[in-house]
Amino acid sequence: MANIGKIARRGFLIGSAAILGGVAFGVWQARRPLDNPLVAGPGGGVLTPYVLIDAAGVTIIAPRAEMGQGVHTTLAALVAEELDVDWHDIRVLHGPPAQAYYNGAIIHGALPFKEYALTEWQERAQDAIEVMPRLLGLQVTGGSTSVVDAYDKMRHAGAVAREALKAAAADRLGLAPGDLTTSGGVVSAPDGRTIAYADLASAAAARPLPAAVLRDPAEWRYLGTSMPRTDMVSKVTGTARFGIDTRLPGMRFATVRMSPRLGGGMVRFDARAARAMPGVERVMDLGDGIAVVATNTWTAIQAAEAVDVVWGDAPYPPDTDGIFARIAAALDAPPNSTLRDDGDVDAAFSGDLAGGGVIRAEYRVPFLAHATMEPMNATARLADGALEVWCGTQAPTLARDKAAAALGLAADAVTLHTTFLGGGFGRRAETDFTVLAARVAAAVPGVPVNVTWSREEDMRHDFYRPAAMARMRGRVAGGRAVAFDAAIAAPSVTRAAGRRMAGFAAPGPDRGHVEGAFDQPYAIPDYRVSGHLADVAVPVGFWRSVGNSFNGFFHESFIDELAHAAGRDPLDFRRDHVGAADAPSGAVLAAVAEMSGWGGPKPAGVGRGVAFTYSFGTPVAEVVEVLQEPRGIRIARVWVACDPGRALDPAIVRAQMLSGVMFGLSAAVMGAITFADGMVEQFNYPDQDALRMPDAPEVAVRILENNPRLGGVGEPGTPPAAPALANALYDLTGVRARELPLNRVFRFVG
Amino acid sequence: MTTEITVNGQVHAVDLPPDVPLLWVLRDALGLTGTKYGCGVGACGACTVHLDGQAVRSCQIALADVGGPITTIEGIGTPEALAPIQQAWVTHQVAQCGYCQSGQIMQAASLLAETPDPDDAAIDAAMGGNLCRCGTYPRIRAAIHEAARLMKKA
Repeated sequence: MANIGKIARRGFLIGSAAILGGVAFGVWQARRPLDNPLVAGPGGGVLTPYVLIDAAGVTIIAPRAEMGQGVHTTLAALVAEELDVDWHDIRVLHGPPAQAYYNGAIIHGALPFKEYALTEWQERAQDAIEVMPRLLGLQVTGGSTSVVDAYDKMRHAGAVAREALKAAAADRLGLAPGDLTTSGGVVSAPDGRTIAYADLASAAAARPLPAAVLRDPAEWRYLGTSMPRTDMVSKVTGTARFGIDTRLPGMRFATVRMSPRLGGGMVRFDARAARAMPGVERVMDLGDGIAVVATNTWTAIQAAEAVDVVWGDAPYPPDTDGIFARIAAALDAPPNSTLRDDGDVDAAFSGDLAGGGVIRAEYRVPFLAHATMEPMNATARLADGALEVWCGTQAPTLARDKAAAALGLAADAVTLHTTFLGGGFGRRAETDFTVLAARVAAAVPGVPVNVTWSREEDMRHDFYRPAAMARMRGRVAGGRAVAFDAAIAAPSVTRAAGRRMAGFAAPGPDRGHVEGAFDQPYAIPDYRVSGHLADVAVPVGFWRSVGNSFNGFFHESFIDELAHAAGRDPLDFRRDHVGAADAPSGAVLAAVAEMSGWGGPKPAGVGRGVAFTYSFGTPVAEVVEVLQEPRGIRIARVWVACDPGRALDPAIVRAQMLSGVMFGLSAAVMGAITFADGMVEQFNYPDQDALRMPDAPEVAVRILENNPRLGGVGEPGTPPAAPALANALYDLTGVRARELPLNRVFRFVG
Repeated sequence: MTTEITVNGQVHAVDLPPDVPLLWVLRDALGLTGTKYGCGVGACGACTVHLDGQAVRSCQIALADVGGPITTIEGIGTPEALAPIQQAWVTHQVAQCGYCQSGQIMQAASLLAETPDPDDAAIDAAMGGNLCRCGTYPRIRAAIHEAARLMKKA
């Protein structure tokens, strides 16, 4: 983890970012303090880019998207812990897009390392590569990295702000800072005199920020405790503002309708019927689609549907079978990566196989939509050459830059306000909805326009979790896996997103493509994972846990097959292989065994399955229990054991694990995006549902803290869910599911 | 053409075509954005409000068909004065992204008005139409039980 090397008054610099700087980008650029985007009003003071104190109180900038994961609460706690402010006295804001808020840890996942076995030089390389997001100003929420990135940075921000306030108070009182103490937003002198932070802020901000030492975790009051979420009251009173809730004087409501053959363009359209509808103000030709501006959103959506459009052809095979044929073809082409290649796999599968037969299996999973509860939307206003944008985005600097580029503006002509996000799951790391709003606003200068997509437009214009296939073979001997060979094929999210976001696709091995398979802590002597990139132009993007979501299913289902082939209990089999390679991983398996009473008596009609994945720095083991009921199979219970190193907010960690399980189970049971005539066949929730309360299992979560490194919590709960369920169904029925969704084969209640 | 409707005890004259669904009247004409658009087809429950005290999907009721007083999430409590059901939601820290929670709370409030002490089966039956992509269901269930206790006391 990065250490704080130096703290500059106007900027807050991660010192280790400079390690690589001299090599790749020049020392000055890499070390240059970043501009602080905050400006204090009269009498107020800005102390680091994260702390603003004025008469209104203490404002903490939590520059990561609050999309439900509780990041505002935990990031604020990092600052508040050191700043000595009362929890109920703080205000938490997203803050503006700014280079200062880059996410250094987001880039760690680009390096082809196995996180459970990071060596010292690999940790240094992780720190060093942070110069890249820093230079690019990548303020991105994703990859379960927010807390990993902020852990030192934001505690330091609180600590230096506290020390600056003490120094300002010392000046005023004629005492030494060391004589003063802080608590509850005031500085206290030994004689009982106190000065409120608000009265010191402007003096504190005028001095060089002093050095500060971080508190020992044993002294923590907030961190390690379940805090009341800072967004809770607003979210239960309807007062939380999501992007879709943006309301401005004179605002118009609009929607878009883009080609349902994704990337296929528009041949021509006839909008006469739409223009005649009451409430319709304008139908716009966007070139690749149309937009309707109206007095209300519903009329805009109705009118957009009434436009008669001829769409171009899709740049991919028009139906699901044709797309899978392309993915299958990739399996026969040379691999893009072989990031795990232990022992001699070719030899293990050739010659004398006296040690046991070869187990072979082929798996496949479909495309998946994000289907956030809040459909895509953004609000924009172009006036006097300046663009103002309101949206829920996981990538505010990218969204700002892409909107600016679309309108031919400089980035500093764009002001972007990040709202709450009604779900993100990776979908809101994209900038398409922001750019479309900017384009619509550009056609009606001076008028703010709220551009809201219909649910149908949202579901049919996603950047989908890719469809994927895997060909597996393995051998067992003496109750252990002795050879494991996985070939995985899918279109590349990394490359597609790279082209969209940065204009180029990084060459070389694509780690994200095989994550969840090549980087698992199994001790298997002959062990290989190769990744094959499929040439399919369906838009694909980051979807909660990304590659881990399909590779976890492939890897953990096949491990289960090997365990059964070896005549072993699937959980004991995993513990034998995993515990030897990584002790914290072995411990989560032991914990989930204990929680679930694994191996104990099991009545007829009950099936149990286990799965384990190590993703985003956090090992997670899950046991799913299914029941055969008269009406179908019920997913009754799930036990989760995870180890993120440190549970900074146990309730939020548990909520994220539960949420990840539900997300993974929903996809496993019923998630599938399919194509016909080049178009997505699912329009709305009736076609693409998720688990609902009557179908949802009871979930118990245990948090362990043996992991020597801080891991993520937003995504790691998702990858084991599908294989644990499939393995439970095998236990119940004897039918091995090698394809998702499971409701094509099994009948579930609900 | 204007249509009169009563929302949270206030009478509003709405100047929108009569076929515009109540959801969009609330959000786009009256600025009551606590009621959410999720699907527009009555399949997710995010737009749930009370019509004459009954939970309804506001995306499925045209302005012309609003035949009684409407209560929205803004009408049952405020951050400064939470309704017991909202307090229960806070106690159990239910919300994650929070987008579906207005609808969940309005659906649950309607259930509690009819069934003051619902068991899990009654809760499941009443809440099955309300989708949550964050998977907050176990906490919603706990909060409904808590709200039932609070409302009995009150």
